[in-house]
Amino acid sequence: MSAGTLYDKVWDLHRVADLPGGSTQLFIGLHLIHEVTSPQAFAALRDLGLTVRHPERTVATVDHIVPTTSQARPFADPLAEEMLATLEANCSAHGITLHGLGSGRQGIVHVIAPELGLTQPGMTVACGDSHTSTHGAFGAIAFGIGTSQVRDVLSSQSLAMGKLKVRRIWVDGRLQRGVFAKDLVLHIIRTLGVKGGVGYAYEFAGPAIEALSMEERMTLCNMAIEGGARCGYVNPDATTFAYLQGRPHAPSGEAWERAVAWWSHLASGPDAVFDHEVRFDAAAIAPTITWGITPGQGIGVDETVPTLEQTAPEERPLAQEAYRYMDLQPGSPIAGTPVDVCFIGSCTNGRLSDLQAAAAVAKGRQVAAGIKAFVVPGSEQVAAAAEAEGLDAVFTAAGFEWREPGCSMCLAMNPDRLEGRQVSASSSNRNFKGRQGSASGRTLLMSPAMVAAAAITGCVTDVRELLAA
Amino acid sequence: MSTRPARALPSGPIRQHRGRGVAVVGTDIDTDRIIPARFLKCVTFDDLARGAFADDRTELGGAHPFDRSVHQEASVLVVNSNFGCGSSREHAPQALMRWGIRALIGESYAEIFFGNCLAMGIPCLSAEPATVRALQEAIAADPGAELLLDLEALEVELESEFVGANRWPVHLDPGPHQMLVSGQWDATSQLVAHDAELTATATALPYLNGFR
Repeated sequence: MSAGTLYDKVWDLHRVADLPGGSTQLFIGLHLIHEVTSPQAFAALRDLGLTVRHPERTVATVDHIVPTTSQARPFADPLAEEMLATLEANCSAHGITLHGLGSGRQGIVHVIAPELGLTQPGMTVACGDSHTSTHGAFGAIAFGIGTSQVRDVLSSQSLAMGKLKVRRIWVDGRLQRGVFAKDLVLHIIRTLGVKGGVGYAYEFAGPAIEALSMEERMTLCNMAIEGGARCGYVNPDATTFAYLQGRPHAPSGEAWERAVAWWSHLASGPDAVFDHEVRFDAAAIAPTITWGITPGQGIGVDETVPTLEQTAPEERPLAQEAYRYMDLQPGSPIAGTPVDVCFIGSCTNGRLSDLQAAAAVAKGRQVAAGIKAFVVPGSEQVAAAAEAEGLDAVFTAAGFEWREPGCSMCLAMNPDRLEGRQVSASSSNRNFKGRQGSASGRTLLMSPAMVAAAAITGCVTDVRELLAA
Repeated sequence: MSTRPARALPSGPIRQHRGRGVAVVGTDIDTDRIIPARFLKCVTFDDLARGAFADDRTELGGAHPFDRSVHQEASVLVVNSNFGCGSSREHAPQALMRWGIRALIGESYAEIFFGNCLAMGIPCLSAEPATVRALQEAIAADPGAELLLDLEALEVELESEFVGANRWPVHLDPGPHQMLVSGQWDATSQLVAHDAELTATATALPYLNGFR
């Protein structure tokens, strides 16, 4: 059993009661809601005659269904319009703040809560979205929930939970130039597998993690769920505090000093006990890309698609399914694979530093003929900051489309989607069959810089070659 | 197109379930496959059955287990490992439930999917790979075979005129087990009942009290 870890400390602070059967009632410090997974929860609340227990600890935005071209209301899609109208009515009826379109604060829920300073160390954060693990970057315990649990958090500001084990993922060294947090997490998932984290919280630690910016830590924790871990976190440190200071919901004045002192003592101590530990060397990691149909089917951009012989016996049926679906030959290099669509955005890689990294590759170059390339900022604030430094102009001059904020083609609930068997180079988080809106569409996950490189050359390309040029 | 029987949604204690099986074979079957995202554009769960495995069913042109006539009465879904990985969308188990599924037996499940099922009164029982394989083979040989799930004894019994009878142990962690058999799988009422304790916890949290 873990002891002395941040996970244990935060868990103990938020315990409300023991429930029959051995689960724990856990207080939720921040509840984030959006239009897709909340309407049925509000309906259930009405049916049960219950109200929202802590509307001031509940924050809403709209992200999954919003168009990224014109955001004029009503939306062209009546179902999307109904979902947003329902969210607006529910938030209004229950006194919940909604960061709506054009408010200056709208965006992907996992982008806006950190940038508003809502997400803080030591909190429990829940949202009806599996990528809630993102908020663990701040040393929060943050996890995705289903709609029945959204109903529970709305009505009681708490959840029935079982305690997880804690695995420390220690990363030595430093990432090479052209290698990003996205590559690191794809490498970790490739190594530990997509179910390796089931039953665990992942604590990311070590010199390479400490060197990451907050936005990079968010990318890392965001994809903990793709490794099967319901939450992942990084211990809060000076980088965390510097990011938070001055943000709208961050403490200020004397409370700031007290907050930093409290946050600091939450970190896992030197005597912390972990249920399991693994180590990685950051310097040995190449730009990493998925070739298959799960985020665990990843390889370095300089590697070849694994053959059946190179694949563990229990993984072979999935590998064969992936060869067929992706139409890739085992043993062939992944570099040079032609792509059709290049998507930069999502809760994984839709923040300012992601756009900066992609723009550095795109600047002064041109998107290859026949390639559709587009950039979707993670939030209205990200869009404004990027435009203030001229990134939109860099992208449009290179032939990328510059869009309005939202989840977009990560899951294609809005009009942005693949068609037919198109291949997408995508900075998002899931390469599942059909994920990007076409039942036969194919997704290659990679860093935003690698997506930009693919857009320029028209095929999978080691971004380090373009950065050196 | 469907002749599936109307079936009451789960309520009260879930101590046993009897029904035919349907096997969906494969590891790491994610929630995007269980229900593609376009079906999430809704404000109620009522109409989700049509989204269950929609793209896989289209691809297989009627040969998917959920489309085969012999499985239209099935209520026990047999799966392999890490079933339900990916998105937290409760639309996935809701789609299965509204299609007719009332229990799952599989090698393992993704955590959020398992929790979503529990909150709906749908047991996700785990079993040894050999048990899952035996069940898949039995269902293939005799789709009319009945599965009797005994949640109190944690056993599954196969009753078939053609492949004979058999019985295997299944596993469920003690917490979810007790919640299901006692009928307390719907946590809302318990959580709401602890309001004084909730206030005490909130009062002691530094970030809700100016970090004092």
